Amino acid sequence: MEKRITLPITRETARSIKAGDACLLSGVIYTARDAAHKRLVELVEKGEPLPFDIKDATIYYVGPTPAKPGRVIGSAGPTTSYRMDAYSPTLIREGETGMIGKGKRGPEVVAAMKEYGAVYFAAIGGAGALLSSCIKKAEIVCYEDLGAEAVRRLEVEDLPVVAVIDAEGNNLYEKGRKDYLSSL
Amino acid sequence: MREIDAKAITDTVARLAIEANCLLPTDVKDRIEAARLEENWPTAQGILDKIIENYGIAERDFVPICQDTGMCCVFLKIGQDVHISGDLKSAVDEGVRRGYTEGYLRKSVVADPLRRVNTGDNTPAVLYTEIVPGDKLEITVAPKGFGSENMSRLAMLKPSDGAEGVKRFIINTVEEAGPNPCPPVIVGVGIGGTFDKAALLAKKALMRPVSERSSDEYYAALEAELLEKINSLGVGPQGFGGRTTALAVNIEWAPTHIAGLPVAVNINCHVTRHKSAVL
Repeated sequence: MEKRITLPITRETARSIKAGDACLLSGVIYTARDAAHKRLVELVEKGEPLPFDIKDATIYYVGPTPAKPGRVIGSAGPTTSYRMDAYSPTLIREGETGMIGKGKRGPEVVAAMKEYGAVYFAAIGGAGALLSSCIKKAEIVCYEDLGAEAVRRLEVEDLPVVAVIDAEGNNLYEKGRKDYLSSL
Repeated sequence: MREIDAKAITDTVARLAIEANCLLPTDVKDRIEAARLEENWPTAQGILDKIIENYGIAERDFVPICQDTGMCCVFLKIGQDVHISGDLKSAVDEGVRRGYTEGYLRKSVVADPLRRVNTGDNTPAVLYTEIVPGDKLEITVAPKGFGSENMSRLAMLKPSDGAEGVKRFIINTVEEAGPNPCPPVIVGVGIGGTFDKAALLAKKALMRPVSERSSDEYYAALEAELLEKINSLGVGPQGFGGRTTALAVNIEWAPTHIAGLPVAVNINCHVTRHKSAVL
């Protein structure tokens, strides 16, 4: 039923994933949310190198809770994605192929996804305790001063996500609602 | 006059902050489980199962249900025959500081809205005090996540907009929010009062158990009608489609001005957290 995907996601793989596909992601992803996105895009604008390889990278919009002793990470569910809309087109152009968050995206993000080949996934918002069990390793890459918003490198195993917007611009939020209402 | 040591307030706020973040209230869990039984759209059923599994894990491992452990809203009902020894605001903030540090909760507060430097300990609390009869002190800690807070709205409607205008505004707010506030949501509504009063009523509405309808029959009927209409929108859990868009609509109301009809909609996600204690 679910599509198993090994990271990194190439442009080609990104184009093969369709809105509505339930996927299990395994491999390396990076975390970044509002403040980190702002800094990453400032680096791109100044022509400076990014602190991690953005080519074929998947970014998870998450600010986890601190890890309890003996645990890899705290609760780690997605944050709302539209706040990253101002920054995502730049990162997609630089090589980002996957985004994990929740909620709607703006037309500028969808346009960049179509142009370069990228996919937007949603994880279950509010299921941070459950999602953290898929994270096997976590380390800070940069921006430690941002606390929960620091960029982290995560190794995930079978992280359950659903492709919401694909590289053709199809949107599960629109289709899912329509399909349900027409089933009544 | 009864003496209450500010230190007891600190200890209680710290404990409640941790418990509220890890243990979902029973009324919310019961409502989610009932909604799961009423839901017949397979995708929606799957999401609700995961949500139920998630709060089970949080309870078992005593970890936060959601990583957004919120801005810490603290409501105090202070008996007029109580004297607090020590500084009340500092005592509450110290409780937040301790709870969020010792409980491994996320520190999500920036010191000012434009320069945005994290305070590092989730302080200050958003503190509301109310003076009530008696010699007790009731403390409620309600961590509020911002995915849903950001989807909240307030409108100063005209009296001529009436109940229909209010309904339209509430339903539109939930529909426009769509998948963003992590549905299924709980819709807190404040109608009447002033601009600020309506917002506070909406926030307080989120603290009423979802199993409890308004004590006023007219508003209880309005709550039921709105819930039915919202659950006919088709947004569904996480916005993937389905019946369960909202778990409850709770309305609080207050007298208002002859010229006004303020209405505030404070949306909360399925992780609606609050925990109380009486000193």
